[in-house]
Amino acid sequence: MKKVLMPLVMVAVLALVPFLGVQYAGLSYLFGVIIPYTAIVVLLAGFLLRLVDWLRRPVPFRIPTTCGQEKSLEWIKYDRFESPHRFWEAAARVLSEVFLFRSLFRNTKAELHKDSNLAYGSHKWLWLGGLAFHWSLLIIVLRHSRFFFVMVPGFTEFLDHADGFLDVTLPTFYITNAVVLAAITFLVFRRLNDAKMRLISLQTDYFPLFLIAAIVVVGILMRYLTRLDIMPVKDQMLRLVNFSFDDPGEIGTLFYVHLFLVSVLAIYFPFSKLMHAGAIFLSPTRNLCNNSREKRHVNPWNASIKFKTYSEYEDNYRDKMKKANLPIEKQ
Amino acid sequence: MSKYVPKLSDLKKEFDEKPSVLKGNYSVQEWWDIPVEFRDGNWCFPGKPEVLEDLGFANPRKWAATDENWQLPAGWQKTISDGLQSRLKKYRSLKLFLDSCVRCGACADKCHFFLGTGDPKNMPVVRAELLRSVYRHDFPLVEKILKGFSGSRKLTEAVIKEWHMYFHQCTECRRCSVFCPFGIDTAEITMMVRELLNLIGVNNNWILAPVSNCNRTGNHLGIEPHTFVQNINSLVEDIEDLTGVAVEPTFNRKGAEVLFITPSGDVFGDPGVYTMMGYLLLFHHIGLDYTISTYASEGGNFGMFTSNDMMKKLNAKMYHEAKRLGVKWILGGECGHMWRVVHQYMNTMNGPADFLEVPVSPITGTRFSNAAATKMVHIAEFTADLIHHKKLKLDPKRNDHLRTTFHDSCNVARGMGMFEEPRHILRNVCNTFHEMPEDTIREKTFCCGSGSGLNAEENMENRMRGGFPRANAVKQVKDRHKVNSLVTICAIDRASLPPLMNYWNPGVSVYGLHELVGNALIMQGEKKRTEDLRENPMAGFEDGGDDEE
Repeated sequence: MKKVLMPLVMVAVLALVPFLGVQYAGLSYLFGVIIPYTAIVVLLAGFLLRLVDWLRRPVPFRIPTTCGQEKSLEWIKYDRFESPHRFWEAAARVLSEVFLFRSLFRNTKAELHKDSNLAYGSHKWLWLGGLAFHWSLLIIVLRHSRFFFVMVPGFTEFLDHADGFLDVTLPTFYITNAVVLAAITFLVFRRLNDAKMRLISLQTDYFPLFLIAAIVVVGILMRYLTRLDIMPVKDQMLRLVNFSFDDPGEIGTLFYVHLFLVSVLAIYFPFSKLMHAGAIFLSPTRNLCNNSREKRHVNPWNASIKFKTYSEYEDNYRDKMKKANLPIEKQ
Repeated sequence: MSKYVPKLSDLKKEFDEKPSVLKGNYSVQEWWDIPVEFRDGNWCFPGKPEVLEDLGFANPRKWAATDENWQLPAGWQKTISDGLQSRLKKYRSLKLFLDSCVRCGACADKCHFFLGTGDPKNMPVVRAELLRSVYRHDFPLVEKILKGFSGSRKLTEAVIKEWHMYFHQCTECRRCSVFCPFGIDTAEITMMVRELLNLIGVNNNWILAPVSNCNRTGNHLGIEPHTFVQNINSLVEDIEDLTGVAVEPTFNRKGAEVLFITPSGDVFGDPGVYTMMGYLLLFHHIGLDYTISTYASEGGNFGMFTSNDMMKKLNAKMYHEAKRLGVKWILGGECGHMWRVVHQYMNTMNGPADFLEVPVSPITGTRFSNAAATKMVHIAEFTADLIHHKKLKLDPKRNDHLRTTFHDSCNVARGMGMFEEPRHILRNVCNTFHEMPEDTIREKTFCCGSGSGLNAEENMENRMRGGFPRANAVKQVKDRHKVNSLVTICAIDRASLPPLMNYWNPGVSVYGLHELVGNALIMQGEKKRTEDLRENPMAGFEDGGDDEE
């Protein structure tokens, strides 16, 4: 399947570029300094621009998708989070989407059985896989903060300990590494396994999965297989966070592959579907209160429309209205 | 049955035997390679030239979706492209929904049209991709460079045909939006694409004719004022024959406390008229000071299925008339999309309604603070409040011949969040009420398959397929609990569910909620009632049987 293979090849090529570049062409400055700086600028500026680009567009109508009872009569209990009435309830609704994937938790699977009967089963795999993927990624990224501070912050230490509590290998095995790889495998597999998913998936859906998988794999290789010396890595990262343009010096090639793939991900981020990370906060079907009958929502561009007025209507039908004994304004 | 629908046995055979993406035993390479095929039963006749001229809409002509050449106007690509650009500027929703989908597939099997057709392009994600693919081709720079990568394509006449087909196989029911982790709402996308298609004269007569009627006569069915009054007066006579009570509705009366607006289907269509009789009995029972307008004589709003401007134009009559008549507030009848408009759009579009007062029930004194700004109350909220305060004399035994289930209408469910009020009423006016399976009710309710202006006779196959998930859920309670009555609070449901039930579940009749209220109401001075509002005998009330008191 071309749409799976192409992104796979792209990621392989992307991984090869820094390997060859650093190993054979001595381009460590390019891959250790220039590209990472470029990437972070593109990520931050791109993300911000995309957000601004969304935010500057008006929300003309209050269109929450109500998934629970509205607030109406006092004796009817309303659903605070599925039909929010106050700002904090809507905020909680959005945050529950962000942190708990609340809507995915509802997921069902429809099956067409014999004799044309439809059945719906609970189907939480996507919810579980997605949650495992996003949360372990977040923890991994936070764990990496140890490279950006001279003194490792307390919460990083804590995460480190929590994540490595199994303590089975040396260096310590991180649970999140296994979880994120398992989750990615699942997320790729489900796109390939189901006829519906095969059909809707595009190359741009596989590419970030493969890219992140490659980043994780290279990271694991560095840590467990080549046992990369961590101090030069930390020195280089500290230089980067201090806006230093000094030459990185001697670090293992795999590090450059890892860093380059992360840079590619950062650059790809603002231009792709990965922007769902920002969009989820703005979705007007989720972040608005269901109170449009109680408080008027203002549309900044409210179109001016000419409608058929009552007097025009009466002019058209005056005689018929008189015959039907309907009251009229003008004789 | 209609010539536009296959035999039930053939359709069932197809469901059982034909491989499909839904069942997972059929694979296609790419959705954009699947051709679009218009045939009997899967499309609605286009807007008639005179209707388009009356509305001042683009490209009036005689054509059919089955034509090879659709006679699109010169420069149509630019019209669409500019139209999309300007809508992207005006609607954050549209831009966000085009940008943020990750194709996770949670929505894929949530659409009733997908479940009834197995057609991959009826998966909500693909429906939106029909537009997204063109949007990506035209807009963001980088993805344009990476064309094959992100599934972009050029806007061609074939794409327009595809849009016409699949954005008229979406009823804007928002079920997919419930399951989407980003709340992407296909209804929003469908509304925008239908606006765009109207710009180049690609349209649906079953939507545009009512729009034109409503603009001219005040209601979708094109009923002129004298006929409107006549129709209601004939219902008044029927009520008197059945109950011995003379109800006295007034029309266009200034100074009434409440203006009552309901879909014109309730005044004209069967079984909507029985619901209307229910309203009239209720208002008489409580002595409500109300009036009905022949000018604002439509609750529904097919403008919603045309363009937001048209929605606003048709909706404007409600406030205009309320102001002229000097009423205090507006009471709205049972309807689905009407309530999406009233709840989420009306006050924004045509408010503020400063000339009205915050609605207060004159019977119970309840202040409807949830309608404090829009000043319009749903009849189910109003009646539920009456029942809660024990202001109605009800005999639920009079509905003992009905074993009911309740269909949540999409717009009331997912565009308003009204679930408990109608259930509270239903439980108080009848003795047998069984819910359909939980994945098919409340916020997960299935559309009747004919919403958003797809209720055309010639579209019957699509309607029976789109309504299949709903019908199938009804079948389950029919088999398990002998349910014979499907109760609903939507005028389109009342028009579209009877043929759906006839097709899939013969023996199940469709009722408006307030028809059952009307049956159960013990009116002052009534004669002995033996028949319900449809003149069907009520169980246990036969002549010579037990008296109710």
